[in-house]
Amino acid sequence: MAELKKKEEPKIGVFVCHCGTNIAGSIDIKAVMEYAKTLPNVAIADDYQYMCSTPGQNKVVEAIEEHKLTGVVVAACSPRLHEPTFRGATKLGGLNPFRFEMANIREQNSWVHMHQPEEATEKAKDAVRIAVAKASLLEDLIPKSVPVEQAAMVVGGGVGGMQAALDLANAGIKTYLIEKEPSIGGRMSQLDKTFPTLDCSQCILTPKMVDVARNENIELLTYTEVEAVEGYIGNFDVTLRKKARGVLTTEEAEARGFVGGGCNGCGDCEDVCPVIRPNPFELGMAPMKAIYVYHPQVSPLLYTIDFDSCVKCNLCVDICGDKKAIDLNAVDEFETVKVGSIILATGYDIFPIEEKHEWGYKNYDNVITSLEFERLICASGPTGGHLIRPSDGAVPKKIAFVLCAGSRDNTGVGKPYCSRFCCMYSLKHAHQIIEKIPGAVPYIFYMDIRSFGKMYEEFYYRIQDEGAKFIRGRVANILEDPVTKNLHVNAEDTLLGRPIDMEVDMVVLAAAVQPSAQTEATRRLFGVSCSQDGWLLEAHPKLNPCGTTTAGVYLAGVCQGPKDIPDTVAQAEGAASAASIPIHRGEVELEPYFAVCLEDICAGCGMCINLCPYQALSLIEKDGRTVMHVTEAKCKGCGTCGGFCPGGAIWMQHFTTPQIVAQIDAFLLGGEQ
Amino acid sequence: MADENWKPKIVAIICNWCSYAGADLAGSARTQYPPDIRAIRVMCTGRIDPLFIMKAFQDGADGVLVSGCHFGDCHYLEGNYKAAKRMFLLKSVLKNIGLEDKRLRMTFVSASEGAKWATVMEDVVKTVTELGPSPLGESAR
Repeated sequence: MAELKKKEEPKIGVFVCHCGTNIAGSIDIKAVMEYAKTLPNVAIADDYQYMCSTPGQNKVVEAIEEHKLTGVVVAACSPRLHEPTFRGATKLGGLNPFRFEMANIREQNSWVHMHQPEEATEKAKDAVRIAVAKASLLEDLIPKSVPVEQAAMVVGGGVGGMQAALDLANAGIKTYLIEKEPSIGGRMSQLDKTFPTLDCSQCILTPKMVDVARNENIELLTYTEVEAVEGYIGNFDVTLRKKARGVLTTEEAEARGFVGGGCNGCGDCEDVCPVIRPNPFELGMAPMKAIYVYHPQVSPLLYTIDFDSCVKCNLCVDICGDKKAIDLNAVDEFETVKVGSIILATGYDIFPIEEKHEWGYKNYDNVITSLEFERLICASGPTGGHLIRPSDGAVPKKIAFVLCAGSRDNTGVGKPYCSRFCCMYSLKHAHQIIEKIPGAVPYIFYMDIRSFGKMYEEFYYRIQDEGAKFIRGRVANILEDPVTKNLHVNAEDTLLGRPIDMEVDMVVLAAAVQPSAQTEATRRLFGVSCSQDGWLLEAHPKLNPCGTTTAGVYLAGVCQGPKDIPDTVAQAEGAASAASIPIHRGEVELEPYFAVCLEDICAGCGMCINLCPYQALSLIEKDGRTVMHVTEAKCKGCGTCGGFCPGGAIWMQHFTTPQIVAQIDAFLLGGEQ
Repeated sequence: MADENWKPKIVAIICNWCSYAGADLAGSARTQYPPDIRAIRVMCTGRIDPLFIMKAFQDGADGVLVSGCHFGDCHYLEGNYKAAKRMFLLKSVLKNIGLEDKRLRMTFVSASEGAKWATVMEDVVKTVTELGPSPLGESAR
């Protein structure tokens, strides 16, 4: 492969796809096909309505046999879509699948030059010429197979992450579930009821939390974050930072020789702790000690010390006594685990809605967010489930709900997308106040009510019947009466075509959601792209919504884009299924794009060694000379070394220097090389 | 400046993971842009030997575009940093041999930036068209 010897006479088959009218609508297919016949090395050129169909692929298979082809070019859509298809056809015809090259004349031609048929046709001819030039120099390549580590990792312990971990574990796969907070449960554990069934959120969540904690295939690592990731599909080395918790489990205590010790969740320490700080789980609406459990239904039941606020007074250590569960000198610990595939389920945060100054959140006491409403109406929340006004503790009777608060907002301050579940939970909130507060009336200011799911539209009608008032119009601003702390909601009722100034007791903002704070850092660790809004980017929006462009890394839940609980659970199950495939297969094939050293040319200068981001290159002694050596298992084929080597001694398979130069020459100098 | 029907020949060498995907996205969205650029796909802009670009100019290219992932987004961690460094140096080489360095451009287009890809296309074609035919164009043929 690496020898620069003269190869066999190339015989290339060119196949031009109409793709219905997708390509043929703006490109003259026959002209491109006839042009291809005039190119050097082309043995046959043909066209077909749909090259990816079975008859289309058969054309490739048959032509390879009939014309003894050495390479295949299909001019059609993007190689990112159909390269695997035609590699399959090439293989079926008896050629090495890497003897295939694709000319993209759809995504990067017919679709973007729809009104310039002549220019598009010329560009297609050039694309075919460039592809034929490369195909003439393609070589047989053998993908390397590597064994797959029989374990998986799920990052994020919300309902999506828990479901994915449970599915993987129940399929017999050892699964590490990583959660940055002291307990699993995620956002769903902060909710009171769920729409449209009105199930209690905790009631349906806690059984799953218990399942996770008890499942022998799940290793639950709470209060833990991902520190570093190395490796590739089948062989990831993930370094975890186990944050200093300051409290020992029974097992950890036993390991230190305190048999029968460790935290049993009694809570004596919390009683004596003198530090009081805002409770993050209750969104700052309740106090929390420096030693705490995250919320009443935590799993695992284990106290945690917040070392940022702890004053190390030792009162907790004293009261804990013989259990010796508390270690105030604890430090972060690191552990590296090996896994074959990874699911990211890193969830969401609430958009900082105070940035929309016109609604006065954080300036006006009685303007709250929907998540705060959830905590206030929840029996385990700071008010025991009694909805009260933050300003005076009075029970509100007239409550305005502002939908699309920061969503569907193109002003530059909010988010352009629909957050997808705000309409439905606001309907649920309306139901809850009608149910809990006699005489209370919810006023819902909306743009559109998007009740798209199963039984959602029916739920919308039900809330209308229960007496909620709907006003179609976006709230322009909210003003506070400085004496009563009541709020004036100003909007236009677009159905009646008149302005409204409504005085209400309380306003609930259905704030937009955005990727959770750590998403950006996490995705970079795992090499996953994001969309313009920061949500993690799926491999294909329709056909591969759980995968990413990094093989072996999958997505579940809101980290990929706003979705409600049913959709999150469904995607988690899909991601778990996808992540289990390489593990159950036991080995994966890696694309053979790795670097090869041309030892005859290599001068052993070693300048490439430090360029490699994967430490795949080293210098060795061979036949009395110093030459570079590639560790194939480490090489990912980026070609950064090959782009630099001053002697041209690095042969980047499938993207060799002669191949790329031939492409450049073919475009600029015409058909002859 | 050549006649008004003159169209520039521009080579784009772009990375598989970000810019090629972004260009595909522009296609899916049917975002229209000028048809004067021919793309060559590599796995990473780090693969791009500056000699490829010199070869393109030697062959008579009027402009060369190198496009990769945003910094910090590289599929191979840091290939785009290396590429950017090389392009930066190469621009000074181009100036030294009397070629306008604006004929070489490096951009960063992510897989979700289809609209940006179209803008880059417009911009590169406009810049190179304003510069006119490459002085190396005649001798290349």
